[in-house]
Amino acid sequence: MNENNDESIPAIDVSGLTKSFGERPALRGIDLQVAQGERLVIFGPNGAGKTTLVKTLSTLLKPSSGRIFLEGMDIRSKPSQIRSRLSLVSHQTFLYDDLTVYENLKFYGRMYDVPALNERIGELVTWLQVESRLYDRVGTLSHGLQQRVTIARAVLHNPSILFLDEPEIGLDQQASLAIGDIMKADGRRTVVMTTHNLERGLELGREILILNKGKVVFQESRDKVDPTDFRQVYNNCTGTTGE
Amino acid sequence: MNNITKKITVIFWKDILTELRTKQVITSVLVFAILVMVIFNFAFGTGGETAELAAPGILWVAITFGGVLGFNRIFSLEKENSRLEGLMLCPVDRTVLYWGKLAGGFTFVLAVAIVVTPVCLALFNLPLVLPELVLVVILAISGFAVVGTLFSAIAVNTRARDIMLPILMLPVVIPVIIAAVNATSEIMAGGSWGDISIWLQIIITFDFIYAVIATLVFEFVVEE
Repeated sequence: MNENNDESIPAIDVSGLTKSFGERPALRGIDLQVAQGERLVIFGPNGAGKTTLVKTLSTLLKPSSGRIFLEGMDIRSKPSQIRSRLSLVSHQTFLYDDLTVYENLKFYGRMYDVPALNERIGELVTWLQVESRLYDRVGTLSHGLQQRVTIARAVLHNPSILFLDEPEIGLDQQASLAIGDIMKADGRRTVVMTTHNLERGLELGREILILNKGKVVFQESRDKVDPTDFRQVYNNCTGTTGE
Repeated sequence: MNNITKKITVIFWKDILTELRTKQVITSVLVFAILVMVIFNFAFGTGGETAELAAPGILWVAITFGGVLGFNRIFSLEKENSRLEGLMLCPVDRTVLYWGKLAGGFTFVLAVAIVVTPVCLALFNLPLVLPELVLVVILAISGFAVVGTLFSAIAVNTRARDIMLPILMLPVVIPVIIAAVNATSEIMAGGSWGDISIWLQIIITFDFIYAVIATLVFEFVVEE
């Protein structure tokens, strides 16, 4: 799973991570360790830095300072090798509207050198129940169906680290179930999900983190979090009020 | 085929397939380029000394401005649905993305030139001079593609991207345009390979220098 096949190496190891956009700091010294196979859910209000953190961890943004190791590899020294092991689902699909579902998956599959690609596409479209639309252009699909294809695109190469950035926006029931399946899968995949939905996040996560103004203000194992009090904890940590 | 070439080909075919479906780039560039030539044709007339003098310039005005339109689309296609992020997540070097996109852009503009050049020669009643002109067109469009792909990646992140690309690209490709117009004039006047060799050398040198520069800086352009 990792470079040295050593499961004691954290899937994600972040120290002193900062990220600024011009003068505006988005992340202010994040230290974070996520074990392999862990399911981390990140909560936080708008502007807390959730998306910036996910984009930085997934190599889309360069850190301003600090170190990030994914499965023991420094993201600055082996970016391509790391990218082959991770994937990202965000509220954007990354899909080409004028290509069919099959062509989109084939394109990404070839970019990731997925072996037995047609069989893998077949498996995923059956699981996500989009096989009847396989040869339809993505632009003709509903948003929910597009999100299902997005999930297929993301897990096509069987990544060992999966980032889900508020993936449930606009999802239909099937896609939402698929997200649940991915999160609760066999425990071999490390999943980091950001969400505003406290109930859903608590349901899916095994490790809970709250981010506010670019800092980690709360981190605890899900087992130690009382769901009935969590809204109050969240409000206290983020300085927000109400439901 | 090594892995890098394979990935470049995958990106190239994706762009070709998308273009075959939408025909957005080729149709708009072709219509624009032919319109430019028809308008100039009315101004200068067919045949005669003036037409002969003006035709090379008109041909390259049509290809250059058509090319700008085409290169604008190269990365704006990737901007929708954040597809560029999807590409950047792929386990390939950034230069693979650059060369994959360049191959697509080059092909679209070359396809337009293949149609536009004979139309230009026919409109201005000029002889069809093939081998030399084909070489000039291929080399000059390579220069446009090398620079246009890089600047398209820069312009796509700006607010006024449609205006930004010509502002960035045209001053840089001026040496190619001048060399291409002069080479085309020589060819149309019945010049030999020796007469156009200096212009070809300028274009080849430009292509090489900017291909190296663009390959080196593309990563910094797309990363943030």
